[in-house]
Amino acid sequence: MAEIVLDRVTKKYPDGTTAVAEFNLHIADQEFIILVGPSGCGKSTTLNMIAGLEDISDGEMRIDGRRVNEVAPRDRDIAMVFQSYALYPHMTVRENIGFPLKLAKVDKATIKAKVDEAAQILDLTPYLDRKPGALSGGQRQRVAMGRAIVRSPKAFLMDEPLSNLDAKLRVQMRTSISRIQKRLGTTTVYVTHDQTEAMTLGDRIVIMRAGHVQQIGSPQELYERPVNLFVAGFIGSPSMNFVPGTIANNTVETTLGTIPLSDRIRRSLEGHKDVPRDVIIGIRPEAFEDLSLVDESRGKGVTFTAPVDILESMGSEKFAYFSLENAHVDSEHLAEIERDTGSEDMGTAQIVAQLDARSPVREGKGLEVWFNPDSIHVFEPGSGANLTAAE
Amino acid sequence: MAVVTTRQKASWSVANTIVALYALIPVLWILSLSLKEKSTFTDGHFIPRGWTFQNFVDIFQVGGFTRPLLNSIGIAVIATFVAIVIGTFAAYAIARLDFPGKKLMLGASLLIAMFPQVSLVTPMFQVERSIGLFNTWPGLILPYITFTLPLTIYTLSSFLREIPWELEKAAKMDGATPFQAFRQVIVPLAMPGVVTTAILAFIQCWNDFVFAISLTSTNSARTAPAAIAFFTGASQFEDPTGSIAAAAIVITIPIIIFVLIFQRRIVSGLTSGAVKG
Amino acid sequence: MTQATVQSKTRVAPGGAGVAKAKKPLSDGKRSERKLGWLLCLPAAVVMVVVTIYPIVYSVMLSLQRYDLRFPDKRGFVGFANYATVLTNEFWWRAFLITMIITVVSVAFELVLGMTLAMVMHRTVLGKGFVRTLALIPYGIVTVAAAYGWQYAWTPNTGYLAQLPLWSGSAPLTHQASSMAIIILAEIWKTTPFMALLLMAGLAVVPEELQKAAAMDGASAWQRFTKVTLPLMKPAILVALLFRVLDAVRVYDNIYVLTNGANGTSSLSITTYHNLISGLNLGIGSTMSVLMFITVAVIAFLFIKVFGTAAPGSENMGRR
Repeated sequence: MAEIVLDRVTKKYPDGTTAVAEFNLHIADQEFIILVGPSGCGKSTTLNMIAGLEDISDGEMRIDGRRVNEVAPRDRDIAMVFQSYALYPHMTVRENIGFPLKLAKVDKATIKAKVDEAAQILDLTPYLDRKPGALSGGQRQRVAMGRAIVRSPKAFLMDEPLSNLDAKLRVQMRTSISRIQKRLGTTTVYVTHDQTEAMTLGDRIVIMRAGHVQQIGSPQELYERPVNLFVAGFIGSPSMNFVPGTIANNTVETTLGTIPLSDRIRRSLEGHKDVPRDVIIGIRPEAFEDLSLVDESRGKGVTFTAPVDILESMGSEKFAYFSLENAHVDSEHLAEIERDTGSEDMGTAQIVAQLDARSPVREGKGLEVWFNPDSIHVFEPGSGANLTAAE
Repeated sequence: MAVVTTRQKASWSVANTIVALYALIPVLWILSLSLKEKSTFTDGHFIPRGWTFQNFVDIFQVGGFTRPLLNSIGIAVIATFVAIVIGTFAAYAIARLDFPGKKLMLGASLLIAMFPQVSLVTPMFQVERSIGLFNTWPGLILPYITFTLPLTIYTLSSFLREIPWELEKAAKMDGATPFQAFRQVIVPLAMPGVVTTAILAFIQCWNDFVFAISLTSTNSARTAPAAIAFFTGASQFEDPTGSIAAAAIVITIPIIIFVLIFQRRIVSGLTSGAVKG
Repeated sequence: MTQATVQSKTRVAPGGAGVAKAKKPLSDGKRSERKLGWLLCLPAAVVMVVVTIYPIVYSVMLSLQRYDLRFPDKRGFVGFANYATVLTNEFWWRAFLITMIITVVSVAFELVLGMTLAMVMHRTVLGKGFVRTLALIPYGIVTVAAAYGWQYAWTPNTGYLAQLPLWSGSAPLTHQASSMAIIILAEIWKTTPFMALLLMAGLAVVPEELQKAAAMDGASAWQRFTKVTLPLMKPAILVALLFRVLDAVRVYDNIYVLTNGANGTSSLSITTYHNLISGLNLGIGSTMSVLMFITVAVIAFLFIKVFGTAAPGSENMGRR
């Protein structure tokens, strides 16, 4: 059990690139922290620095108040679960799980007892004498977990531990990791690029981009009050819709129509000086609804009509996609996310609306869409800052 | 894979037969010579008319081939062992660790690998004579180690690179020192590569001729290939053909055994180091 | 997928260490890693330096001296006189020419035959292990042993090949052209399998799907070979050629057994050796050694710099 403090931790490479810049984070004891961001954002480097597998170029890292910058990984008492699981192929499951204890010169009887206990927790008891090569992906993942929990380390570090599993198993393992972490109460730092994992697992999430921390907060905070375009675009699935807007008096003009600024939004805009006229408006797909299903709050909302290009019916809800003229937002802040998901240069802007499953919407037909003007976010195009996120 | 048709089978059989003839005829010819009776050496027949093992008996009983053979085995085994031990250390360092001087090490190995051995013969001849290594086992073991080291380092480091890097990180996280990570994780995984490399290194030592004839003068350290070149027959006036052929077969036997047992490994060893780009 | 990630990480790591070296005190981990690296390379480095670097330097020094063991009193520094002697000597250039002929002809044949053999070993649906085992026999056999086989095969009366009516009555190993042909034949027989194995490794990196795609695009078997397989194999071919050329330039064992340099078949190695050991002229012999080394170095340089052969073991030779 430990608290981990990263104090302006920086990683610079000899070619001058900065992989991680002035990373500040105070990880409380027993906390489950997620590092998330597109590939190359520095999240794995940060994890490796915590592990001691990479040097810290600048700043200080403390575990339980002790500076550990120069401490070798083996003396940090931290366990790590790797993306590839990194199981020793020449050892049986029992030997794999017991390896850290063997290195720590724990006596054989204790090793056996601890390995058996870990195997119990992870349902690995029948496989203890097998070699990793004879296990399924999910079983291997559990062995990797077993090796981490067996010596009750101060902290767990997990580097995309579920990314090699198929979708169904991933959900299953996600809950079991969560359960084990709660049961053991071990401080955990978890790296992922999957925002769903981040949202479901973490007590707090650190969103990184190009070596810089964008925002640290609880999943709900990040979802409701993203500090900038990048966070807004990264968190949430499907991602937030963005359209250009022009502020005039108490409204903002967009291709979705003229949206009145709610009191809350007006107040937060007033809190900023020099609010530009041209802004970027963000609306989550969940904020939209089929007008025909909205009754009492009808009058308070804004509506627009657009033809539905594609309709995806998920059973519990429907996703309607619209192409809108002149609605493309060109922002470097979003481009990076698009690059990472490979969705850049996909042509015209697309708006996604998450509709109730009862909606009678049809592909190719026009649809009247309703949304609450208070649910929009207003972003400053240059810096990408969210002008409506309350401090 | 599609079902193999009879026609395909037939054409591949032809191809395989050609390869077999190519590889075996020269070897069978030596074997044939070694089994011929002395009187039939000059009959020019591929298949001996009179069979005898006398040539084999002669080279050991009269020809003094035992000592060179033991020299060959001893020198090749020791040189291979030493080259593998120090080569494994260096290959591990090159494949896995980060340290200044790595490129220099690789460059020096490459330099030695392409070095014309003959160029080294004079200075080595001079040096070994002055420090008393000439015509001794160590006098051959040293150059053999040196010339098998590049092969050892390249082949092994490419084998070691195949071992997942994260395993070593995992070992470090599990509390291992770099040496423990090496000893308990890397060595067991590297063993197949080490064995393969050892076979290749042995073949190279076994095959050497230039050093063997230059750095030895008597049977006390002369290896089998060099001894064959000095065969003059059982007596001075006898034709050495049978002895030479028999000795050639004797030193070919270990190679054939290796090839039969370790075909897969030798192929993977020869192909792993060379071509990856 | 996993592999790729692991690799990219591996690649980042070495860079990371460099920084630390420049500015910050190294952490325990990094420092011990460097120390271990040096420590592990030390024995190999020491052996290589002692056994080769020192003799090389010694060789260069000898090459600048008049030093004939038959006349040890006349030993003395003569500058580049030995080089002038060797380089103006017709024997040296003849040996040079002989060596180049052997190298070019044998390597050319080996490339074609080796490619064929590689194809057979790679694609055969029948007895793959059998073919590979067979191919390894010439590779593994002691050169001297095989050379004696060839010698007797071409000796009149004794040899089955000398019996062939094509050249009945003559003794092939007593004429220059036929001797050269036999030397080259012995070289080709012995080293084609090695070439084939290196080329096979190159064939293995050509994805099967690419062949299928090319076939779907309408390429004939020959077109698939020349337009798809060969270009992709180029790095493998260059490495195989580099290995074999450097090896062929040093040709010694076969010539020693077959002709010992008689009837105009003396290669650079044989000539150098004769001057050194038999002639006991250390000055001239060492000069030839140095010149031979320079020849080899120039060839290697040409391959690596001009053709862009990936030097074996160099950084970019690793997995890609």
